[in-house]
Amino acid sequence: MRETLLEMCNITKVYSNGVVANQKVNFSLAEGEIHAVAGENGAGKSTLMKMMFGMEEPSEGEIYLRGSRIRLQSPMDAIRLGIGMVHQHFMLVPSFTVAENMVLGMEPKKGVFLNQAEAARLTREFSFRYNLQVDPEEKVENLSVGMKQKVEILKALVRGARILILDEPTAVLTPQETEELFGQLKLMRENGHTIVFISHKLKEVKAICDRITIMRNGRTEGVFDIREVTEQEISRLMVGRDVVLKYAKSGREYGESVLQVRDLGYSKEGKKVLGGINLSIREGEILGIAGVEGNGQAQLVEALTGRLEGDSGTVQVAGANISRFDIGEIRGLGVSYIPEDRMRQGTAKEASIVDNLISTVYNSKAWTRWGFQKRKKMAELTEEKIREFQIKASGPAQEIGMLSGGNMQKVVVARESSTAPRLLIAEQPTRGVDVGAAQLIHRKLLELKEEGCAILLISADLNEILELSDTLAVMYEGDMAACFERPSELTEEELGLYMLGIKKQDEQSIRRAMHA
Amino acid sequence: MLKSKHFELIRTAAVLLISLLLTFIMISFVSGSPLQTIGIFLYEPISSVSHAGNVVEMAIPLMFTGLALSLLFKMNMFNLGAEGIFYFSALVASAAAIHFSLNGFLHPIVAILLGGIVGALISGIPGFLKAKWNANELVTSLMFNSILYGVGQYILNYKLRDASAFQTASFKFEPTAVLDRIIPGTRIHTGLIIVLVCIVAGHYFMYKTKWGYELRMTGANREFAEYSGIKTGRVILYVHLLAGLIAGIGGSVEVLGMYSRFQWNALPGYGMDGALVAMLAKNNPLAVIGSALFLAYIRVGADMMSRYSDVPSELISIIQAVILLLVSADQFLKFWKNRMLLKEAKMNA
Repeated sequence: MRETLLEMCNITKVYSNGVVANQKVNFSLAEGEIHAVAGENGAGKSTLMKMMFGMEEPSEGEIYLRGSRIRLQSPMDAIRLGIGMVHQHFMLVPSFTVAENMVLGMEPKKGVFLNQAEAARLTREFSFRYNLQVDPEEKVENLSVGMKQKVEILKALVRGARILILDEPTAVLTPQETEELFGQLKLMRENGHTIVFISHKLKEVKAICDRITIMRNGRTEGVFDIREVTEQEISRLMVGRDVVLKYAKSGREYGESVLQVRDLGYSKEGKKVLGGINLSIREGEILGIAGVEGNGQAQLVEALTGRLEGDSGTVQVAGANISRFDIGEIRGLGVSYIPEDRMRQGTAKEASIVDNLISTVYNSKAWTRWGFQKRKKMAELTEEKIREFQIKASGPAQEIGMLSGGNMQKVVVARESSTAPRLLIAEQPTRGVDVGAAQLIHRKLLELKEEGCAILLISADLNEILELSDTLAVMYEGDMAACFERPSELTEEELGLYMLGIKKQDEQSIRRAMHA
Repeated sequence: MLKSKHFELIRTAAVLLISLLLTFIMISFVSGSPLQTIGIFLYEPISSVSHAGNVVEMAIPLMFTGLALSLLFKMNMFNLGAEGIFYFSALVASAAAIHFSLNGFLHPIVAILLGGIVGALISGIPGFLKAKWNANELVTSLMFNSILYGVGQYILNYKLRDASAFQTASFKFEPTAVLDRIIPGTRIHTGLIIVLVCIVAGHYFMYKTKWGYELRMTGANREFAEYSGIKTGRVILYVHLLAGLIAGIGGSVEVLGMYSRFQWNALPGYGMDGALVAMLAKNNPLAVIGSALFLAYIRVGADMMSRYSDVPSELISIIQAVILLLVSADQFLKFWKNRMLLKEAKMNA
C-alpha cells in the first residue's frame, strides 16, 4: 500500500437548513491513485469533496495532508496546498480564450497588460505534457463540452494541483469522449497525480479506479480495492439492496397520436437551433431522445411547453395547435412536465412539500371551494404520495429544500404523474438522483405508459434511455440524426456514433421509424 | 427544549432583547438618573388606560401598513409605496369627509372605501409596470411616494385648505364622518376593529385561499410558479391592488379616527415603519399585530421618556435602526443555529 497523502477524519457536516450531509465520515487518499467515491445522491459525496476543496468547512472533524493538520477555509487555501477540483458545472468565462481562462487570477504580466504569448505558451506546455489537446487561442464559448472539461482539468493542473477532484466528469461526455478522458487520467496518474473520481457509473469506476470509497446516507460504507468488489457488490452497498436496471415491459400496443410536431424550425441570431423537427408520440409509447447536450433538445422542450415559438412548423397536442399557448393552457390539455432543473423550475424550495405537490392542480374544482383551498385533503394526498414514493420526509409541512436531491425529484415526479396526464415530457428525470430513486421514477414512468400516457423522455443517461424507450431518436445539431424502433438492440457505443454526428440515418428511415 | 425549528422566533426575541439592552446602555450614558428613566421608558406606556390607549392608537396605522407590506414582501416584492398611498388616501378620505353629507353610519364607510380604492388604483401602477415590463418595484414605488406627496400638497393648499385655520390644514370634517371612540378614557376608535378584521382576513387569504397560494408560490420561486401554470403577472397585479387597498384604508381610518382636519404637511412615515413591522413579523399577517404593538410601545415609551426625563425621544430611532439591522442580518446568530443542528443531528444518529 502506498503512502497516505490526504486524510479526512470523523468529518461531520450539518448545513444551516438542517440537512446532515456527512456523519463521522472517514476518507483517505493514497499517493498516486485514482480513488472513486460512489454513492447515491444525497449520500454526501459532493459535500465531502467541497470540504476537501475548501468550499465548505466541516462542522466537526479534521483534515490531514501528509500527516499535518490543515484548515481549508476557501478554495484558495486548497489550491495553495495543491488540491484542484473540476466541477460538474464548468466555471469558465465563455467570452475569454482558452489561454485567458487558464491564467485567470494568476495572469503573467507584461507591464500592466496580460502577457498573451506567455499565457498561450503555458497552456501549450501543460496541454502537451498531459496530452490534453486544446487550442489556446479559441474562445471557450465555441468549445464542445468535452473540450471545456479539458480546459477545466488543465486549469487545475496549471495551478499546481497534485490532487485532482473530478465531480461526475463523464456525466456530460459521450462514450468516446469518456474513453479519451480515461486515457488522460491514467497519464496523470503516471505523472504522480492523485485523482478523486466521483461517479454514479459503476462500469467506469471499475474501468479506471484503484480503490473505491462507498458512501450511503452521509456515512462511509467502506473502502475497497477495486479488484476485490464486483459491480453488484458496490451497488448493493450504495443502496443497501441489489439493483437491476432492467424492466419488464409490456408489448407494444399504441393508441392514437397524442403529440405531433411538424417541421419545427427555429433559429437564434442566425444560427440554426432546430432544423425542421418531425415527431409523433402515440398513447402508451415512450419516445426517447438521446443526444449530447446542446443539440436542440432544450429548445424542443421549450417549444412544447409554451416558452418558445418556432419560426416554422406546428406543434399539436391532442389535435390542438399549441404554438401560441402558455404553459398553463398546455397543462390544461393534459400535459405534464418534469423539468430538467428541479431547483429552478421544479420546486419552490422554501415552500412545504404540500405546496410543491399541488402547484399544478391547486386551481381545479377538486381542490378549492369558493377560493378556499382544501388544505386538509391536500395534506392527506401528500401523506399518501410520501408513502407511495417512499419520500424521506418528516411530514407534508416540511420545507422541500430540506430534502435531498433524490427525494425532491420524487416530489416533482409525484406531482407530474398524479394528474393522469395524456402526455408527459420528462427532461432528465433522474439526473443527479440516486439509483433507488431513479428506479422508482422509472417504474412510475412505465406505469404511466401502461395507463396509456404518451411520454417524451429526454435523457443524457444512455442506460436509462435505452432501457425505457419504445422508440429512440437521436438529435444532432438541431436535427434528428437517427431513429430506432428497437432501442434495446442497440449498444451504447453505437448510439454514441450517432450522438457525435459520425453516423446519420437518411431522412426516409427516420420518418418511417418515427411514424411522423 | 430549544429546537432549530423555533430558531426564527428565538432570533427575533434575541434581536428585540439586544436592542432594548442597547437602549438601556445609551440611556445610562445620557441620563442623570438612568434607572428612573428606564423605568419611565418601560412602564409609562402601560401605567394607565390612557397611556395604553396611546400605544394601541399608534399601533393601528402600523398594523395597516405592516399588513400591506407583508403581502408584498411575501411575494418577494420590495415595494415601499405604502408610504405615499397612506398619505394620499387619507387626503382623499378627508375630501369625502368634508364635502359629502351622509348619515353617521354611511359617511365614514364611504370615505374609507373611497380612500382604499384610490390607494388600490395607485398601487396598481407599479404593480402593472412590474408585471408587464419587470420595472423595479422599489424604484417606481419610491418615486410614486414623491409624486403623491407633491400632488397631495397641491390639493391640500388649493382645494381643501381652510384659510381661517392657524396652520396649513383642511376644513373641518363633517362630524358624521369621524370614527367613533370605542374605549372610554382613550382615543381608540373603530379603526381597531377594522384593522383586526383586515389582519385575520389577510391571514386566511395568505394561507388558506388559492390566491394566497399563488402569492406565496410567486414569492418563493417565480419561475416555478410560471412553470406550474400560475399567471404570475396577474398575481403581482392583484397583490399590488390588495396591498394598496389596505394601505389606503389605513390612511383613511387614521385620519378619520384621530383628527378633525387633514393636517399632514409631510409624509407621515407609517409606510416606512410598516416595512419594519412586516420584517419583524416575518411577513406573517397575524404576527403583524404583535410587532406593531411592540413598535408602538417603544415609541410611546420614548415619548413619555422625553416628557418626564432628561432623555430626548429621538433615541428611539437608534433602537429602530438596530432592530432593522439585526432583523435583516441573515447570518446573525446562524452559528448558534448550526450548533443546535449539530446537536440534534447527533441525537438522531
